Amino acid sequence: MDKPIIEIKNPILRIQNLSVSYEKDKYAIADVSVDIKKNLITAIMGPSGCGKSSLIRAMNRMHELYPQIETKGKIFLNEKDISKLSNIELRRKIGMVFQSPNPFPSMSIYDNVIAGYKLNGIRQKKAKRDDIVEKSLKDVALWTEVKDALYKKGNFLSGGQQQRLCIARALAFQPDVILLDEPASALDPVSTSKIENLLVKLKKEYTIVLVTHNMAQAARISDYSMFMYLGELVEYGKTKDLFTNPTDKRTEEYLTGKFG
Amino acid sequence: MKGKFRSAKNRLFKGMVIVFSLVAITPIMLIVFDLFQKGIKQINFSFFTKIAPDTWDAMTALNHGKIIPGGILNGITGTFLMVSVASLIAIPLGLLIGIYLYENAEKRYAGVVRDISDILQGAPSIVLGLIAYFWIVKNITHGFSALAGSASLTIMMLPLIIRSTEETLKMIPISIKEAGLALGVPYHKIILRVLIPTGFSGLTTGILLALSRVLGETAPLMLTALGNPFVNFNIDKPTSAVPLLIWQFYNDPNMVNLIWSSSLFLVILVLTLNLIAKQIAAK
Amino acid sequence: MNSEKITKNILFIASLSLIMLATGMVLTLIQGSIPVFQKFGLNFIFSNKWNPTAGREQYGALPFIVGTIITSVLALVICLPLALSTSLFLGEYYKGKMIAKIIGTLVDLLAGIPSIVYGLWGFYFLRPLIVQLGFNAQGYGIFTSSVILAIMIIPYATSISTEIISLVPNDLKEAAYSLGATRLEVILNVTIPMARSGIVASYILAFGRALGETMAVTMLIGNSNVIPKGIFDMGNTMASVIANQFGEAEGLKLSALIAIGLLLFLITGIINGFGKFIIKKFA
Ligand SMILES: Nc1ncnc2c1ncn2[C@@H]1O[C@H](COP(=O)(O)OP(=O)(O)OP(=O)(O)O)[C@@H](O)[C@H]1O
Ligand SMILES: [Mg+2]
Repeated sequence: MDKPIIEIKNPILRIQNLSVSYEKDKYAIADVSVDIKKNLITAIMGPSGCGKSSLIRAMNRMHELYPQIETKGKIFLNEKDISKLSNIELRRKIGMVFQSPNPFPSMSIYDNVIAGYKLNGIRQKKAKRDDIVEKSLKDVALWTEVKDALYKKGNFLSGGQQQRLCIARALAFQPDVILLDEPASALDPVSTSKIENLLVKLKKEYTIVLVTHNMAQAARISDYSMFMYLGELVEYGKTKDLFTNPTDKRTEEYLTGKFG
Repeated sequence: MKGKFRSAKNRLFKGMVIVFSLVAITPIMLIVFDLFQKGIKQINFSFFTKIAPDTWDAMTALNHGKIIPGGILNGITGTFLMVSVASLIAIPLGLLIGIYLYENAEKRYAGVVRDISDILQGAPSIVLGLIAYFWIVKNITHGFSALAGSASLTIMMLPLIIRSTEETLKMIPISIKEAGLALGVPYHKIILRVLIPTGFSGLTTGILLALSRVLGETAPLMLTALGNPFVNFNIDKPTSAVPLLIWQFYNDPNMVNLIWSSSLFLVILVLTLNLIAKQIAAK
Repeated sequence: MNSEKITKNILFIASLSLIMLATGMVLTLIQGSIPVFQKFGLNFIFSNKWNPTAGREQYGALPFIVGTIITSVLALVICLPLALSTSLFLGEYYKGKMIAKIIGTLVDLLAGIPSIVYGLWGFYFLRPLIVQLGFNAQGYGIFTSSVILAIMIIPYATSISTEIISLVPNDLKEAAYSLGATRLEVILNVTIPMARSGIVASYILAFGRALGETMAVTMLIGNSNVIPKGIFDMGNTMASVIANQFGEAEGLKLSALIAIGLLLFLITGIINGFGKFIIKKFA
């Protein structure tokens, strides 16, 4: 490693020499090593196509669904190699929220929250299920809005509400880490700020990795930030430091709006 | 002067478009009207509960100026039997192949499968009858049979279901599928519990349209199921069907009156299925 | 094997079964046609002698090939102004309007009417009309069949072309209007050229449909096994000769009918493949 990447004690996620390629010999991310600290919000920034999604999708092994994608390197979750975990184990521990809200259209709000259990055939008493649904929806501040419509399909919800429902779906598994890939980019400012407040609240219980295009958003809510460029991790540090005193010229140019 | 001519041409053309469009839809209205007018009086309770009369009974009734006795029960049960058996194979297999094409859209092999499905969709139904005759009538049931009829209908339904399945699944955003995968859900459960329920109305529409296509098929059944004066639920015996009965009535001067009621019944059945399918799709 | 592998294998095997089905169909047709090709060679295709009398058997498919092509081409010619007008009505003049929905539904319903019902309607409604108009004495023949075929293929000819016409971007049309063009001029110079490949493709697919239609044609064409000399002559098509003569066919005659089935399958396959190619290439 030639980059002075800050040292993080007892990281929850440790990424070592990770490379991802969609086509042979073309790397979407190349040799990225980075540690992620527990119970904080870590933002990933960078211009379009720099490999942000590729990086977080490696963290819950989404890439392996597509046989043509090749990943190299190692990722440890609480010092356990994630490639040794089963899919379901890993994804119970690392939840994911996507760019545009994607609740399952065929399921009720209730079933959407509990979908991880239902679809994996994990049986639970009704009372326990009810608890999980209620807690998850309360966590995302959606409970009061939908508690009378739990058995309706979620398609009448606004985009922001749907996205919070999707976050609840990920929380229902009580994961250690939640990955969010530009979760607010399809939302209006009011919904966006709701989600941001939510994330700040959630970091007490969860570790949050947030991909965002929006520098102001990263500055507002993240504790650590990384800046990626052309598949490379350029800079990583406390958000405050990175924004006030970037060490790399490319970071500075990005932050001052020269590109991206 | 020139401008006047242009605008006259313009109006003339629009008039022609309207007239030709009306001409294009006139037959459907005439056909449905004709069927109602001529067929409705033969439709009564026994039309659905009695088997087709023999030519003697029909002639006697005609000579006494009465309505021809009997009904088309043997045709209805035969159609039901053959279409059910065909659906039993074509629906699951068509869904599986459609899902395969959706999952492997980019592969060259999938392209070949898709092309073959398209070719089968364009294949004349009479040719499918020939095939079913050779495979089933000659080699399996050793005689005309409902099974052979079902086989020809199966080959007709398959490409329709394959295509509609693939098209329906393609409309579902990929992120819905990924959301399931991100919850660690196994592949087969994503298909069964996420993709199929999400595309349910599209899949149903495709299946209903496929059913309505084969319900009225006559030619392949002439080569395979042949016909049967009685109700038959035995899959390896010759079987009647509503369109086969129509053909039989058409060829028998004493039974001509029955053509209209049977056709009316068949057309109502097919068009209802069609309209339901489109209604579901529109939602 | 884990569940994901099993699922993938099941899907793959399903897709393989379609390939096997299609391969089996072709092989069966080829195998069945071998005797007649052994006996007559390519003369089977180019000879116009069709004589099933035992001892003097001779089979040439030319009358049916010619009959099929003439009826289908004529059907397409009759269909063309109707279908193009309907497409313009639905996709241009009244796009999105209630009236277009109604007409569109009616056109779709045309596709739902079973072939045998078209045959009946042709027999009892169209045929007398043609006799009255003095085209020919009994009203049977190529022309009658083509008219019915033209009606039957309208929905196929309009479906894709309507869609493509309605997709022509508004700003292009507006650019032409702003230069003072009339609607007709916009249609002729912008809309139709833009939508050309879609329109052509849908007519090719409709033509493929017409080639394989059986029942309606069988009931109207007159079933004479000679090459028709004019469009009001009687004739026979490949599909209808199979339907007509299959019942009593054995041995060499059966083989001849299967060979006709094979040719029909190939011709429709090529035509449909060509249509799909155009869609793919210009989509
Ligand atoms: N499925 C794919 N197939 C081929 N190349 C891909 C695929 N997905 C991403 N890439 C390529 O990998 C690189 C990184 O893409 P990635 O989606 O990770 O970027 P990103 O930083 O998330 O961009 P954005 O901000 O636009 O979401 C890009 O060059 C992109 O073109
Ligand atoms: Mg991205």
